[in-house]
Parts: sequence; C-alpha cells; structure tokens
Amino acid sequence: MSGALLALEGVHTHIGAYHILHGVHLTVPRGGLTVLLGRNGAGKTTTLRTIMGLWRASHGRVLFEGADIAARATPEVARLGIAYVPENMGVFSDLTVEENMALAARGARRAAEIDRARLEWIFGLFPALRKFWLHPAGLLSGGQKQMLAVARAIVEPRKLLIVDEPTKGLAPAIVQNMVSAFRELKRTETTILLVEQNFHFARALGDTVAVMDDGRVVHAGTMAALAGDEALQQRLLGLALAAHH
Amino acid sequence: MEAPAVAPAPEALPKVRTDLLPLLLVPLLALAAAPLVGSFPTWVTLTVAGIAMGLIIFIIASGLTLVFGLMDVLNFGHGVFIALGAFLATTVLGGMADWTASQSLAANLAAIFAAMAVAMAVAGAVGMAFERVIIRPVYGQHLKQILITMGGMIVGEELIKVIWGPQAIPLPLPAALRGAILIGDAAVEKYRIVAVVIGLAVFAAIFWVLSRTKAGLLIRAGVQDREMVEALGYRIRRLFVGVFVAGSALAGLGGVMWGLYQQSVIPQIGAQVNILIFIVIIIGGLGSAGGSFVGALLVGLLANYAGFLAPKVALFSNILLMVLVLLWRPQGLYPVAKR
Ligand SMILES: Nc1ncnc2c1ncn2[C@@H]1O[C@H](COP(=O)(O)OP(=O)(O)O)[C@@H](O)[C@H]1O
Ligand SMILES: [Mg+2]
Repeated sequence: MSGALLALEGVHTHIGAYHILHGVHLTVPRGGLTVLLGRNGAGKTTTLRTIMGLWRASHGRVLFEGADIAARATPEVARLGIAYVPENMGVFSDLTVEENMALAARGARRAAEIDRARLEWIFGLFPALRKFWLHPAGLLSGGQKQMLAVARAIVEPRKLLIVDEPTKGLAPAIVQNMVSAFRELKRTETTILLVEQNFHFARALGDTVAVMDDGRVVHAGTMAALAGDEALQQRLLGLALAAHH
Repeated sequence: MEAPAVAPAPEALPKVRTDLLPLLLVPLLALAAAPLVGSFPTWVTLTVAGIAMGLIIFIIASGLTLVFGLMDVLNFGHGVFIALGAFLATTVLGGMADWTASQSLAANLAAIFAAMAVAMAVAGAVGMAFERVIIRPVYGQHLKQILITMGGMIVGEELIKVIWGPQAIPLPLPAALRGAILIGDAAVEKYRIVAVVIGLAVFAAIFWVLSRTKAGLLIRAGVQDREMVEALGYRIRRLFVGVFVAGSALAGLGGVMWGLYQQSVIPQIGAQVNILIFIVIIIGGLGSAGGSFVGALLVGLLANYAGFLAPKVALFSNILLMVLVLLWRPQGLYPVAKR
C-alpha cells in the first residue's frame, strides 16, 4: 500500500432540504480493503453516492488519485476507473446475465468481446453466472443477483471498487461465497471500499475500517485494532454488534 | 488468477418465462371480431387495414415510449413530427409527379422512399432542436413539461400552416399503388400491403437495434435504471438525445405513411394521431417498445372493426380498450420494472 487512492475531506451532502453528511473525512489506502461500518441511517450509502457523483457534495473535496472529482458527473467518475455496486444491486432485470456483463464491459461492443480469461476467472468466483448466462437477470435469486452485481463491477480491471452491503439478506452459504470472492479480489491488488453491516464479514476481509454515525466518520483505523478491542467495538457499534458475538 | 474452492450453494434453474399473454390478445381480438363482421372477405379487408394502421402507429409511438422510459419525459409535442412528415410528403411527392404518375411500381416506390428519407431527415433535425430548446430546460418538471411540449405542438402546427397553408392538402397514392387486389374474395388495398411490409421492416429494425446492439441494450437498461447506466460509465444524456432524434425521425416516417393512408393531410393531423399514440403507449406500458407494438396492433384493429360495426362509437372504442387493459394490468401490458 502506498498512500491514499481516495480521500474525502470535510464532505457535506444535502439531499433536498436535508443535511445528511456533516463533514466526512475518509481515507481509502491504495491496494487495501476498507470497510465502512455504522448503524442504519448513519450516512454510508450517501457517502458512496457522493463519491460516485450521484449526489453532489455541497462542500468539501473528494480526491481520487489526488484530483478533486467532487464536481464530476457520474459517468466521468466511473470512467476514472471506479466501479460501483449499489445497495439495490442495480441489476438490469429485463436483460440477460450476458447482456448485463456486456454493458459493464465498456471496452466490449458485445458479449463475445469480453476478455475470455477474465470471464473464466469470474465464473470461477461465481459459478451460478455461467449456468444462468443466457437467462434474464430478473429471474435470478437475490444471492445470484448480488453475484452478478459484483461480477459486473470486476468484468474489466478497475482501480477502485465500491460495494454497498453485498451480504444484505443473503443466505450464509452465499455470504461464504462472497467472502471467498472478495479474498480473491484482494489478491489482485484491487482497492476496495466496502459498506458492511455484518461484522463477521467485515472483520474477515477488512484491512482498514471507518465507522460512521450521524453523517460523520467517528472512528478510523486498522481492522486489526478494532477486532482486538471489544470495548471499542461496544462503544462504536453498540448493540448492533452484540448479536454477532 | 485462480478461483477459490467454494462449493456453490445448490441452486434451482429458474424457468425462462416469456409473457405471451398480451401478444395473444391480437389474434384473439381478430378472431372475436370475425363472427361480428359476418362476411369473411370483409373481415380480411378490415384486418389487413387494422394491421397496417397498427404498424404505422407503432412506428410513431415507439420513440415516444422510449423517450418517456429513459428520461421520464412526456412529450406532447410528438405529433408535430407526424405532421411535418406528412406535409413534407405532399411536397416531395408533388415534386416527383413524373415518378408518382408512372405505372412502374419501382418508380412509385422510389418516390415514396424519397419522401420518407426527406421526412426522417428533417423530422430528426427538428427533433434535435426541439430537444435542446423545449425539452432540456424542463427536465424533471412534469407540469412544465406537459405545458411547454403542448405549446411546442401548437407553435409547430402554426408554422406548418404558414409554410403549407391551413387547408387540407390531398396526398394521392402513386399510380401503381392505387386500388385493391383480390385475395380470394377479399379486396385488399395495395397500399395497405406496402404499409404492412414497411411497418414490419421497421419493427424488425427497431427490435434488432434494441436486442442486438450495445446502444439498444443501453436504452433498455436505461429505461429500467438510469442511474446504474451512468454508474457503469455511460452518458445517458447522449443516449437520450439519440433516442429523441431517432423517435422524431420515426414519427416523421410514420407521418408520411399516415398521410398516404388517409390520402390527405391537414395541419391538425399531429394532434389527431397524438391521442391514439398516447393510448397505445399507456396500453403497452410506458417505456416498453414491445408493449407499444402490441398496443398499436390492438388499437389499429379495433379502430377498423369498430369503424365498420359501429361507426358512432369507433372513436370511443380505443378509450374503452385502454380502460379494460388497465383494469387487467394497471401498469399496461408489459410493465417496465423500474428501480
Ligand atoms: N433520498 C433521500 N431523501 C431524503 N433523505 C434521505 C435520502 N436517502 C437517505 N436519506 C437519509 O439520509 C440518512 C443517511 O442515509 P443512508 O446514507 O442511506 O444511511 P446508511 O446507508 O448508513 O444506512 C438517513 O437519515 C436517511 O433517512
Ligand atoms: Mg445504506
């Protein structure tokens, strides 16, 4: 890891009349996996959407590779090499799995032009996608849709992967599949920013961690330090976490 | 890169399920009308006329429904492009009188294709200006959109009156396309066959684009989840302008075909057809090109059957059709899954 790939400095975001983010500071080190934790409504999704330009920061800077991208439109942000998996997965249900993947691969004019070796690698991570390749994505189960959503984000190499709650509502076996997939992704040195409520999942994967509350980052550090400090966990994550112990 | 060794959870293969029920309504309507019409030859005549009319309406409506699906823009000014196409046809075909008077089918078709090409080019160009001047300032503001696009329609109609005059202009069919041919005992007007062939070709082209090209996939994806298309790195604004221009050009093409179908053109043609196409895209499911295809065929067939069986309620019949469809499927025949 060498320095920050992404850094938010004092980011404020308003949604309509509501002031949601109150000066977010967040650093995502290059090559590592950063987990963004925090209770429901803390502002995690809003932070990710602000990075993607889906909400506009009203104040502060969003630095990607040192350049302020806060004012850029979403497609331009994506073209810098940032892939985004939204909380609702954003799968195009009328399109087949193949067509979903073909759209995610900007360099390919059609599915046949997707890099074959990379596709095989993705099928290795998520075997269900090979099986349902020609099926409309709307027919997939929740877990399979999540796999497709992540697969789309990695169909071409990207510098930064932003993933919002990839385990939400998934069965334990699928969560395990996701853990393995992200482990494999980490081996490829992709920088990842992951929002996660499942602390087991977060702890298994995270290098660094930031905890949000009420539109601010209230704690940032290494995952190892947080994982080893139950008192800190209690204070930061409270009862939401107790269930997992 | 190697894959991790994780046994995938057991998964059931989902059934590929295509919703054909709405499509079946088209033959059902045709069959239901047969005993009411009584005479088989008359039924054939009406059915061919209905399909021809339906395909023309589909050509006009397809762009409108995609424009709505992509950007939530309801363009009540779409009719301008229909009128523009129809009036351009009077000029082009008038100027090619030698070609249209010729008994050679090839010369006739060449004249029609020339009129279509001019109509599509001009309507597309005007569409681009319309998008920039009239639509773009009111994105996301539905009430303003309705008012200003209707205003655009009125201004367009007045401009057409300035150029072509306020009166009806005859648009006679080229010589070789006049009259009917007998299929069995049924008289089928030649032009309607031409309209069906052209309509099916345009239908095939639209569906080829939507299902086989990247731009088409992006359109379908954008209709469903605009934000995600942008997050994948595509500029949906450009895509939308492209769809708007293509939709305007298609409306111009439909205007030529509609004008020839009626064999006369009035400045109010746009407003008249507007009602039909809005019924069609609502029946079909806003944003669904496939739905507008089925909706257009239903509307075209019903208009012809009702026009024959009960001319007094013919106008009303399509509204009734819309009400019935919406009672069955409140989002239209093929609802578009929105985020
Ligand atoms: N579209 C919106 N309009 C108004 N308020 C919103 C909207 N989206 C999120 N919020 C509010 O912003 C706060 C943060 O939401 P969010 O970023 O989704 O939290 P998290 O992802 O951490 O659960 C919540 O109070 C939520 O109600
Ligand atoms: Mg969230």
